[in-house]
Amino acid sequence: MAKKLPKTDVVIIGVGWAGGIIASELTKKGLKVVGLERGKDRKTEDYFMAHDELRYAIRHEMMQDLSKETITFRNNEKMRALPMRQYGSFLLGVGVGGAGTHWNGQNFRFLPYDFEMRSKTIERYGEDKIPADMTIQDWGITYDEIEPYYDQYEKMAGISGEDNPLGGPRSNPFPTGPMKKTQAMQLFDKATKNMGLHPYVQPSANLSENYTNPDGISRVACQYCGFCERFGCEYGSKADPLVTVIPVAKQTGNFEVRPHSEVRRILKDGDKVTGVVYVDMNTGEEFEQPADVVVLTGYVFTNVRLLLLSGIGRPYDPATGTGVIGKNYAYQIRKGRATGFFDEQKFNNFAGAGGLGMIVDDYNGDNFDHTDLDFIHGGMIILGQTGLRPIANNQIPSGTPTWGKEFKEASLKYTNAALTVSGEGASMAYKQHFLDLDPVYKDSFGDPLVRITFDFEEQDRKLTEFLADKCEAILKEMGADHIDTSRELGPYNVAEYQSTHNTGGVIMGADPETSAVNSYLQMWDVDNLFVVGASAFPQNAGYNPTGTVGALSYRAAEGIIKFFENNGGQLVEAKKDKQHV
Amino acid sequence: MSTKDEKNSLLEKRSSRRKFLKNSGLTVGGLIAGGALGSLLGDNESTKTEVQSTPQKTFENPNVALMYFTPEQYRITEAATERIFPKDHNGPGAKELLVAYYIDHQLAGGWGTGTKEYTSGPFYPGEPTQGYQGCLNRQQIFEIGLKAIQDLSLKTYENPFEKLSEEEQDAILTEFAEGKVELVGMKSDYFFGVLRSATLEGAYADPLYGGNAGMEGWKMKNFPGHQTSFLNIIEKEFTKIEPQALNSQHSH
Repeated sequence: MAKKLPKTDVVIIGVGWAGGIIASELTKKGLKVVGLERGKDRKTEDYFMAHDELRYAIRHEMMQDLSKETITFRNNEKMRALPMRQYGSFLLGVGVGGAGTHWNGQNFRFLPYDFEMRSKTIERYGEDKIPADMTIQDWGITYDEIEPYYDQYEKMAGISGEDNPLGGPRSNPFPTGPMKKTQAMQLFDKATKNMGLHPYVQPSANLSENYTNPDGISRVACQYCGFCERFGCEYGSKADPLVTVIPVAKQTGNFEVRPHSEVRRILKDGDKVTGVVYVDMNTGEEFEQPADVVVLTGYVFTNVRLLLLSGIGRPYDPATGTGVIGKNYAYQIRKGRATGFFDEQKFNNFAGAGGLGMIVDDYNGDNFDHTDLDFIHGGMIILGQTGLRPIANNQIPSGTPTWGKEFKEASLKYTNAALTVSGEGASMAYKQHFLDLDPVYKDSFGDPLVRITFDFEEQDRKLTEFLADKCEAILKEMGADHIDTSRELGPYNVAEYQSTHNTGGVIMGADPETSAVNSYLQMWDVDNLFVVGASAFPQNAGYNPTGTVGALSYRAAEGIIKFFENNGGQLVEAKKDKQHV
Repeated sequence: MSTKDEKNSLLEKRSSRRKFLKNSGLTVGGLIAGGALGSLLGDNESTKTEVQSTPQKTFENPNVALMYFTPEQYRITEAATERIFPKDHNGPGAKELLVAYYIDHQLAGGWGTGTKEYTSGPFYPGEPTQGYQGCLNRQQIFEIGLKAIQDLSLKTYENPFEKLSEEEQDAILTEFAEGKVELVGMKSDYFFGVLRSATLEGAYADPLYGGNAGMEGWKMKNFPGHQTSFLNIIEKEFTKIEPQALNSQHSH
């Protein structure tokens, strides 16, 4: 029997970017917030001696312990889903700060097209452009509507950058200037300009200069040490909930974070939630935390799983396409890329920052005409300089043996003389791609794991080939002596690292029939439950997701405050979606 | 202590072990006794003369000892990793980088037993897109894989793996890499993949883990290891920087 604790105004499940942002905004308004985080507490000092590739990047020090909980995966419904026993395709963050601690800091706004993808695609190309099984939807919010929240998030995080000539309009310039340009970035800049494209320095959460944000938090500039993704930042330069929103929330005296607290169920009574049940992982003791509002801010899989385990919302049924929880799981299409090998030139590949790079968006979104193309959308093309570490980076020209004398020779020769230009393709939603509960495999409590049913489609293959050719052309212009181009997408492989850009499952929209949450991330079915994160993306864009998660979190915080001011109720009037009949 | 001194000390430590074994008249039972002892004593070791000319020092590397492997498993691993990452004009191979000790130490810990991996059944072979689905942990994978290397060597060349010529060793490893050897519980190319990854880790992980001796792996790769800032070179052309390991952050 769970021990019942005193009621709080708001309980947050998962203290990463979404949880941290919402906690800071709510506690500033005087609301009492409890943050339940299943991992440990962390602080910047923990990373003073952490330039250790093996411990953090290879052995995944900061990631969820898969022995306790993982996911299962199958490419399609005919295949038997099996557990992801080791890390591969994506990494699951855990601990206070969440994935916001180990991310790279590549920080984007989605394009205006992304938010109205279905309508705008139909408007320009007609209904037939969208295949029958492709279930892309509008977000129920437009770029202009979400822009103020992007602005708010970027000022909090101190995002560094310069205008994207092909991006949506900005109400304010970037809070800090662009990151420095490495030799490789300069080469990309020059080559893409020669080709008539529109390069810009990647927007970065690594901080190009010292910065004090509107909350009064001061952070120092990035040192380009090359240990960002999979690591915590020892300077606090990388925007991380631990060095931005969490201390602000704590300072109000209204925020209590409880680490090692694993939420097992959200409690529902009628059409309201009443709190959560969680286990203190240090003692095994079970607690009930009652609250007026529950905010679910875990990673995509946690959000979907807790709703399904708690019997909240209508589970998605792929046979009929009805129901919403688990619907429209999408990912990122990363295989269209090329690596250029340089015989005369060497670069400081070992140095860098997670968000350091040059981008072109000429082939992203609907920035180019798709009339004669057999796919929609596209992706950004990036030359990133994150800092190549030696265990993971052994770039050799194709045809070179993968071990022995020739391997060693080539991998040493090209370690600082190979550059990769890659596409980050958008991932469309399909009727047959979804999340549900696995019927066989369980977590350490005996609860079912989340099951992913996902594969790449024809759209993804065409997009990959298209982006690969563009990447190859850029490297040619950059003067690479030998180029290896990756054009073959193949089936989705859960064992191969691609990106931690999993999206969907609790998607937002204008119509409760086709979406789980409204544009304030409030559940249509349950007024006092908000579900926030990339789980709300109806499909994924051709960019990294965190900037948009940040913006949605500010939007949700505003909604929760309104909810308290209004004494409850739905914040958005449901519309019958014309998209689906 | 300079890197050169440190490296010599490592070799010296190994040399005194050899001397101990020679002087103690230790014998090894079993069929392959000569081969086993010979390898342990380091026949054909190019470092021998260099070592003998080094003056005696008191420094010892306590890392150069086994936590998990049997001596035979160690010898096979040392020889196999040297073929994966051989000594050449660029610098030392796996053997001198102490890669086999690195692997031994890793196998003794959580990586060896898969403590952070999902190991609950039921087990099914699965599709190639579903990743590793075996029930073996890495200790078992190495036990089975190394024994199979030895068995194939004895069967094919009537000699233990570590006594084979480089060409013969490569031929054996190629069989494994191409998935042609029958193993219990896994395909041989899977075992080879684990061995290859572990070799690269041992060559390039921070020396604190027992490999990358003297940071020689990093030096070959022009990787500066742990540095606090690249602000002064980030916009510049390729710059060579002397590597530094994590122990540089601790006061001695």
